[in-house]
Amino acid sequence: MMNAPTTRIPKIIKNNVRTRLIVFAVLAALLVLCSLLSDHLTPYDPYLQDLSNAKAAPSAEHLFGTDRYGRDMLSRVIVGSRTSIFSTLLLVAIITAVGTVVGVFCGWHGGKLDTILMRISDMFLAFPGLVFALAVAGVLGGGLHNAIFALAAISWPKYARIARSQTLAQKETPYMKAARLSGSGTVKILAVHILPNIVGPILVTSMLDIGTMMMELAGLSFLGLGAKPPIAEWGSMMSENRALFTTVPWITLAPGLAIFVSVMIFNLLGDTVRDWADPRTRGR
Amino acid sequence: MQPILKVENITKVFRGSGGAPQIPDSSRRRLRQRQGGPGRPDFTAVDHISFELLPGECLGIIGESGSGKSTVANLVTRLTDPTEGRVMLDGQDITNLRGRELRDVYRKVQMVFQTPTESFDPRRSLGDGIGESLRNRGMSAGETRARVAELLQMCGLPADFAGRYPHQVSGGQCQRAAIARAIAIAPKVLICDEATSALDVTLQKEVLALLRTLRAELHLSILFICHDIALVQQFCDRVLVMYKGRIVEQGAPDDVIRNPQDAYTRRLIESIL
Repeated sequence: MMNAPTTRIPKIIKNNVRTRLIVFAVLAALLVLCSLLSDHLTPYDPYLQDLSNAKAAPSAEHLFGTDRYGRDMLSRVIVGSRTSIFSTLLLVAIITAVGTVVGVFCGWHGGKLDTILMRISDMFLAFPGLVFALAVAGVLGGGLHNAIFALAAISWPKYARIARSQTLAQKETPYMKAARLSGSGTVKILAVHILPNIVGPILVTSMLDIGTMMMELAGLSFLGLGAKPPIAEWGSMMSENRALFTTVPWITLAPGLAIFVSVMIFNLLGDTVRDWADPRTRGR
Repeated sequence: MQPILKVENITKVFRGSGGAPQIPDSSRRRLRQRQGGPGRPDFTAVDHISFELLPGECLGIIGESGSGKSTVANLVTRLTDPTEGRVMLDGQDITNLRGRELRDVYRKVQMVFQTPTESFDPRRSLGDGIGESLRNRGMSAGETRARVAELLQMCGLPADFAGRYPHQVSGGQCQRAAIARAIAIAPKVLICDEATSALDVTLQKEVLALLRTLRAELHLSILFICHDIALVQQFCDRVLVMYKGRIVEQGAPDDVIRNPQDAYTRRLIESIL
């Protein structure tokens, strides 16, 4: 009877991972849903200017106040979620796919091509990400597409490394030999045996990366290299209004809060997915 | 009688890391080692080995860990490319086959691995693993399922094991499933690479009995790689003794055990008795 509480604790922790996973998955789904339906959720037209009501403080009519053109901040933040969240998800999807393909190819094929691709990825890894993205976005010019491209160009090597090491580990397992003896071709082995066995850690990494990528995209937009005004995007909204921070702080704080909350949700979801995917914490 | 499997002068050298591709004289190797060298020296795992496996025969290969037994298995099945030498299977030179031609070779030769659980993909059911070779040869999903059930029963497992995953069954059961997978395509040659080593003694007996039955029913020729002389004596018609990548002795198991000619064989046998 004495040790009853100690045996109970792990069970509670285990249940927590599940509960946490559900909670954060629902929150993230709400966020995505909100950005999908943003057109129908806005109380005002996010692009409608009303100069007579500019820089209004938060009130019952305008929950987040209005900006210097009198546009409703709440509406702009809601509409901005579409640009911010979808470009982030697209970016993460691109780097996950590209990195995995390169990594699996390198791990499987080996040889000179592997060395060359891996040294290139080393170079990218050694380079400060945002500086490189700045340079690329600077050369290609601003705009959301170029910002996504710039960040994708610098971010894929992480995935390539994970996919490569996982592929190398899988390649030496006895069941890979068994698959070859079963007469499966390379394509089938890669698709049916390697990919399902390496996809876990890669997915967890990309979940954790959603928050980071959202910050970096917002950062590029803040620096004027991402989304261009008047498109509502959280980073650029903050940058547009930062000169007014001392007099009307809510204009900057509203999109800032939005970034903070969504990055937090995606990070926590990523963390939880990692805990959940780890068989040692999941249990049977 | 024409041998079903013939290995001629086969050699496998694992290249060391860095340095010249080959080190012809030992003095240079010694020099390199003394200097710390740019990497590991080359390692000859299998050194000019030749043997023949006759149809219906069971040939044992024994030797200590690192003597090159498993490398021989990998060379014969072309999972590893030989540095030198030839492998003839059923009259066909398979040494340089690739792609589709090599996949066709695996209709005739199959292998059972040392670690039963790890020889199945952890994310696919045993049935998927057993049926994979059949599906690859164009058998329909329904036919494959029926055949897998039949194969499982032949190997002494209930048919519903097809839906289980490798971590859900015991080592012995998994090895039976691995044998079912190996005989699925009705091969002529079965290679057992330490197929009983990971099992405890009673299970070893059972798996051996199963192999014996299947051998008679399916007219299999078996290459039985093992480090347990007693098992080889029970099971094999002929035995090769390997030491440091070479065959040091061969003959009928009883003769080799009673009257070992080579110093290493003598040591090997003394270490057990």
